[in-house]
Amino acid sequence: MKFEVIVHVKAEVLDPEARAITETLHRLGMPQVKNIEVAKRYVLDIDQPTEAAAKDQVESIAREYLANAVSETYQVRRM
Amino acid sequence: MSTKLAIIQFPGSNCDQDILEAFTRHFGVMSTFVWHTENRLPKVDGVIIPGGFSFGDYLRSGALAAHSPIMQEVKSFGRAGGPVLGICNGFQILTESMMLPGALLRNKNRKFICKYLYLQAHGGRSSYHQELAGRTLAMPIAHGEGNYYIDEEGYKTLEGEGQILFKYAASPQDREGGNPNGSKGSIAGIVSSNGRVMGLMPHPERATDQILGGSSDGLLVLKAFLNTTM
Repeated sequence: MKFEVIVHVKAEVLDPEARAITETLHRLGMPQVKNIEVAKRYVLDIDQPTEAAAKDQVESIAREYLANAVSETYQVRRM
Repeated sequence: MSTKLAIIQFPGSNCDQDILEAFTRHFGVMSTFVWHTENRLPKVDGVIIPGGFSFGDYLRSGALAAHSPIMQEVKSFGRAGGPVLGICNGFQILTESMMLPGALLRNKNRKFICKYLYLQAHGGRSSYHQELAGRTLAMPIAHGEGNYYIDEEGYKTLEGEGQILFKYAASPQDREGGNPNGSKGSIAGIVSSNGRVMGLMPHPERATDQILGGSSDGLLVLKAFLNTTM
């Protein structure tokens, strides 16, 4: 079964990439764009007997490896 | 007995030969390379994690290397008081493996920065501080992700415990004005709470000969590390 993990920097951490894109859109005449958040998306296909077990494993992988707890947060979703 | 160092090699390490050369030529110290898949460290007095782009900087800089088999051994070595030095990507690997606090994020100006700058060595209790505090060193940086981040509470701990080793400086007279990458508090290098693990973004091994770049100040950092191994 497949799970989606979205990883992005915490709100209080400056994301230079998101800022660069926002500034470019402003320069192109779109001042309505107030803010942009950039995230990484991982799709994990997990072989486990139950959905709960699979979700636990995905949570653990996201927490330990895919996100850096110092600067990032993540969300897990069943696809 | 003479000092022996282990230099950890990952796929994508590219300052491993430079640091070996610097320690051999200037200090007569023997180093041995250790491949990242090894499960055991040889008997050594210190461990170096060199610069480069381990695993192509995939996931995050240093994140995949931090989970290499050898890093379990390096963690045990550091916890037991063994001196560990992480330079550039080595510093990123040390934060990703939580041997040092904080994280190294993309440079604030979004550029890969390769240039000489000055470092102010700050005060603290570690043996590295004892060797270096109060000095201004000229050294190059070469990184895209050197923006040191730690939350306010963590920063206060670093300051309070004297774990800040280097801050960027614009000139030899300047204290903190030369922040090239957006680092919290202009931090360029720190030590662990037990004072044995040192991580820094600048490259001391690239500032060991006056005729190559105009500074040999990197030797002072390498000497501080060697003195910690004794």
